[in-house]
Amino acid sequence: MSEGNRVWRFGDAVNTDDILPGKYAPLMVGEEVFHRYAFAHLRPEFAAGVEPGDVLVGGRNWGLGSSREYAPQALKRLGVGAIVARSFARIHYRNLLNLGIPAFAAPDLVDALNDGDRVRLEMTRGCIVLLGDDATEQSLELPPVPAFLREVLSEGSVLAFFKRHGRFPGEDATSRERPG
Amino acid sequence: MSPVPADGAAARWPSTLPAEPGCDVRGLTLAERILSVKAGRRVRAGEVVVVPVDQVMMVDSIAPSALRIVERELGGRIQHPERVSVVIDHVAPASNVEVATTQKRVREVARDQGLRLFDVGRGICHQVLMEEGLARPGWVVVGSDSHSTTYGAVCAFGTGMGATDIALAMATGRTWLRVPETVRVQLTGERPPGVAAKDVALEIVRRLTADGATYASIEILGAEAFTPGERMTLANLAVEAGAKVGLVAPDEALRRRYDVPAWLQVDGTATVASSLDIDLAALGPVLSVPFQVDNVHPVREHLGVHVDQVFVGTCTNGRLEDLHEVANVVRGRTVAEGTRLLVIPASSRVLQDALADGTVATLVAAGASIGVPGCGPCMGRHMGVLAPGEVCVSTSNRNFIGRMGSPEAEIYLASPAVAAASALAGRIALPEPRSVEGTPA
Repeated sequence: MSEGNRVWRFGDAVNTDDILPGKYAPLMVGEEVFHRYAFAHLRPEFAAGVEPGDVLVGGRNWGLGSSREYAPQALKRLGVGAIVARSFARIHYRNLLNLGIPAFAAPDLVDALNDGDRVRLEMTRGCIVLLGDDATEQSLELPPVPAFLREVLSEGSVLAFFKRHGRFPGEDATSRERPG
Repeated sequence: MSPVPADGAAARWPSTLPAEPGCDVRGLTLAERILSVKAGRRVRAGEVVVVPVDQVMMVDSIAPSALRIVERELGGRIQHPERVSVVIDHVAPASNVEVATTQKRVREVARDQGLRLFDVGRGICHQVLMEEGLARPGWVVVGSDSHSTTYGAVCAFGTGMGATDIALAMATGRTWLRVPETVRVQLTGERPPGVAAKDVALEIVRRLTADGATYASIEILGAEAFTPGERMTLANLAVEAGAKVGLVAPDEALRRRYDVPAWLQVDGTATVASSLDIDLAALGPVLSVPFQVDNVHPVREHLGVHVDQVFVGTCTNGRLEDLHEVANVVRGRTVAEGTRLLVIPASSRVLQDALADGTVATLVAAGASIGVPGCGPCMGRHMGVLAPGEVCVSTSNRNFIGRMGSPEAEIYLASPAVAAASALAGRIALPEPRSVEGTPA
């Protein structure tokens, strides 16, 4: 068994129809099975091959298009550990964080990670460890997560946060950081 | 709420907003002004605000999960049922038992909770909300559909969100937003004949690119000569440049249709992130070429490409004036052998008006199929999905791989007139120049 988790490398402008085509929405195929169609067009081998904790790496404008939360929901069900991209589209980024899927805009990391690489995600240390063939390890620093988003991620989701605190993340804060 | 005619001639929608802003809004953009008044304090781009929501909109594909979240996670109570609209438009009428069962449940919850329900055939969410006065100048409207930017046509802060945010908005009556920076788009010059609002909107997306306005408010100035429907097309496509909202500057035409608070106006001294000037006189008909919306090119560069299906409809271009454009091109002629022309009015009101003025008869005589008002095949679920290798010219808003069915099909986005000309020719074509200005049927 390989150590760590796999990197799934994607290109620029991966849209929500790539992540979950509209014809496989839960409304169409059922609430229980829609996640099986993640990347059905773009990478048909993905849904069956992805393992919990795997890291998706994309280029610019990851997640452009629809507001469909079932696209990131499918990735969550499949256990995706984090998404690293050069940049994210607004609604999708917000959906990812609402669901508690760590999303990092980190161009340097995108350049350092290739399809099939093995990595270990260390959220508390704020890094991704790239595992080499010869047991070498290279630690790649993740960009810092804004404080109020760290709260959300530690609670698991925005809903969990809201239920525990009775307020929205960032509410009454004078933060200038972006929730989306 | 009494209905107002689509042309807005008879009456104005009243405002529910304070006449006075309640804080100093000088030097603020339209987005900052709306969110400042809502938040009750002066806020600037980059700040996080929690604001009351004037209208929550959800469609049939998202309503089940949003309602489930409210019920199971948030105590089941909807704060202001009268401010929630449910529109069954994405798969309407239902295409299979799964869909029918889900929609049945959504209807039951809407009835039990006292939500406003627009059922099968009433039309596309954004069109319906505008017709019903459920998006008004200065309102904050959150919708479970990315093209909720459409409400910016009347300078409502309309933005798309996912099921969790929609559920929270229903349960609390509020939402959290980061106040967006502003990209100011100034339209200048006169639009030549044959240049549609769609061409202008696609030019904005081309110039900004698909992520050029990410997180931002696009503030559109100089649209005074655009009809209410054309403004919806402009605001609708703002999201294709990544924008959070697309706000068309309030003008006299808007004030004739709505009460607009005096504070809701463009401030030339406001700080904007960037500006873009677009000379309308320099524009021509364009296509968005597969597989990205910002891949915009002149129609003349793609003339002659064989077309299997032409789709006229959607929240982008399914209004009466769009159907008129198509009718003016196809009147007295017939769709090419081997090409299908599918026309889906954006709402039941559009369909009624198009029936009354003879537009539907003209379209059907030319060989068009008329569909039930709704989203149709726009997102590849039913009523006109594409086979591998097929080419569609569509008046919709996205041409992504697999968007309308097979990942091996291709979608070119175009104005209604270019779509109609392509249907007649059976290949991508430009409409013949008209000697006199065409009139509906």
